[in-house]
Amino acid sequence: MYNDNFMTEKNIEMADKNFDVNDQSTVDNEETVGEIHVGDPRIVAKNVDVHYGDKIAINNVSIDIGKNEVLAMIGPSGCGKSTFLRCLNRMNDTIDSCAVKGELYLDKENILDKKIDVVSLRAKVGMVFQKPNPFPKSIYENVAYGAKIHGMAKNKAELDEIVFKSLERAGLFQEVKDRLDSPGTSLSGGQQQRLCIARTIAVSPEVILMDEPCSALDPIATAKVEELIYELKENFTIVIVTHAMQQAARVSQRTAYFHLGNLVEVGPTEKIFTTPIHKLTESYITGRFG
Amino acid sequence: MNLSIIFFIIMILGVSAYFAGLKKSLVLRNDKKLNSTPSYYGSILALNSSLSAIFFIILWFVIEKNFITQLENYRNYLYLFTLVAFLISSILTYKKIKHEFKARDNVEKIIKILLFACSSLAILITIGIFLSVIFESNRFFNTIPITDFLFGTHWSPQMPIREDQVGSSGAFGAVPLFTGTFLIAFIAMCIAGPIGLMSAIYLSEYASKKTRDIVKPLTEILAGIPTVVYGFFAVIVVAPFIRNTGEEFGLAIASESALAAGLVMGIMIIPFVSSISDDVINAVPQNLKDGSLGIGATKSETIKKVIIPAALPGIIGGLLLAVSRAIGETMIVVMAAGMSANLTANPFEAVTTVTVQIVILLVGDQEFDSPKTLAAFALGLVLFFMTLILNYIALHIVRKYREQYE
Ligand SMILES: Nc1ncnc2c1ncn2[C@@H]1O[C@H](COP(=O)(O)OP(=O)(O)O)[C@@H](O)[C@H]1O
Ligand SMILES: [Mg+2]
Repeated sequence: MYNDNFMTEKNIEMADKNFDVNDQSTVDNEETVGEIHVGDPRIVAKNVDVHYGDKIAINNVSIDIGKNEVLAMIGPSGCGKSTFLRCLNRMNDTIDSCAVKGELYLDKENILDKKIDVVSLRAKVGMVFQKPNPFPKSIYENVAYGAKIHGMAKNKAELDEIVFKSLERAGLFQEVKDRLDSPGTSLSGGQQQRLCIARTIAVSPEVILMDEPCSALDPIATAKVEELIYELKENFTIVIVTHAMQQAARVSQRTAYFHLGNLVEVGPTEKIFTTPIHKLTESYITGRFG
Repeated sequence: MNLSIIFFIIMILGVSAYFAGLKKSLVLRNDKKLNSTPSYYGSILALNSSLSAIFFIILWFVIEKNFITQLENYRNYLYLFTLVAFLISSILTYKKIKHEFKARDNVEKIIKILLFACSSLAILITIGIFLSVIFESNRFFNTIPITDFLFGTHWSPQMPIREDQVGSSGAFGAVPLFTGTFLIAFIAMCIAGPIGLMSAIYLSEYASKKTRDIVKPLTEILAGIPTVVYGFFAVIVVAPFIRNTGEEFGLAIASESALAAGLVMGIMIIPFVSSISDDVINAVPQNLKDGSLGIGATKSETIKKVIIPAALPGIIGGLLLAVSRAIGETMIVVMAAGMSANLTANPFEAVTTVTVQIVILLVGDQEFDSPKTLAAFALGLVLFFMTLILNYIALHIVRKYREQYE
């Protein structure tokens, strides 16, 4: 009863502000609230816009991502989380209709610059995808793939070391050490995802991007991957997109809330989940819409 | 009177039956709702009666030779009985037309049976062809031992016409034909394999949508050119070119050569290879490519190390299908490869293939029981088995690969 009233009030409020959550075409140009900047940023985004053809998917987003932090990006589906994430290692280049504008720095280097070497950028900013996507190769070859491409090992012994260490760090080594030659696709979903994480960390990136890495996994596998993310933050900057708010709360230090292409609010995770500033953030984290 | 008139009459009667059924059901509809719409009653009446008549005719022809020919003027009985069959069945069906008669379901059943009959026809015809080839080959193997045929290395299928004729005893060793066939198919695949594959890679991975929309239909036109045209292209353009080029290098190249035929056949099957490879490469999921690009592999590294390995079974399947195409191809080789059955692996010499020899054996005046003619069936049989096995393996591989990503 109380809730119903509250909802109606809310709706009126939102209508007042001329902001209809169901209308995907409305992109309000609001300032982001919260703490955009961090003391020691690794990635700095300034006024980033992304269009797919004529359609705007990211609108004027500015945010810092600090060293050794886990940043969680949350928001209703279609709000542009994946799109923004894919800007960070120029994966959007693979989509013809996609145009990215603005400034985006990784350690002071503008990565949106046409002249930068995308290959070495992607070696520095690795990516883990929503659906586990091991290559149709052996477990060993999956992890060795990136290291081989970037010529990181001078001989077999060095390659072995890279592979074993990466599997170890991905918490997978014990489970697969006797079957390194069997195909990566023969593993369970959760193991496959950890294999993909191992594959990514094998090229020693500085930043790891994860796009809903647990959405195809069962709760136990999810817990393992979350634990892994928590450990990885010692050595990497991690940006994770998730639709599970508990997950954001568990693994991240900072959280960014996106809505219809806008970065609405960003701040320390605890603060976002307990005392959000923006009404939209509050409605989302209390489960009003999503 | 002949059969076409009978069929015409059945048609007319069928149409009348339709209207009779329609009329009766329309009348019935006046006092109570019918099970189906009136047109179904018309259809069932027309279908039932004409199909019975046609079925009767077929039955008649099956048993005619064995039983009926003894009768005088037996064909007249056929016409008579056909009409009787039509009438009986139409009367029976007409009587059945009542309110609760499920005309619609019955029509549905008949349609299903008709469709089934059509699809069985293809299979039956295949079996029929196969059996007749086996039968004729068997007659051939009665005169020429099968081992001589399969393992003999000398092919000159002239049979002596008179007993005392000299120098023309037939020899039916098929080995030179098969080596010729494989030599040409091999040359063709050396052309079509790499070019087709690379053009598929370009089209599916590099070309912009616009280029793709232009280039793809153009390559598919290649597949639509009649093989005769390829044949004279081979004879008039490619063969002289090869011979002249050979002369420059001091090589003696026959004006009809395996190379010329193989090259042109290769060009012919390029679109075949590229279109199948394009399909399988496109079937490799985007997220695999993303995975590779996402850790800093370049496009060509991704293609070489992820896409091709993932698509390999499908590509191999496509190549095998192309090989079976090349083996069965006739026109180009007839025109460009020559007729002499040389046992050689030298692509500069004239060779002949299985299909060419079949053509030669069967062209012109033939006695249909001389081993020379029957040899064609034996060759056809072996060819049939070879392409069948190739196709089977290829389709099996392709299908298995498809399942993997679905
Ligand atoms: N390849 C694409 N082409 C065109 N529009 C796209 C493409 N990918 C995403 N979009 C659009 O961009 C918006 C943001 O999508 P996305 O970043 O995938 O959202 P999220 O990851 O938050 O669910 C959506 O409206 C979506 O329809
Ligand atoms: Mg997404």
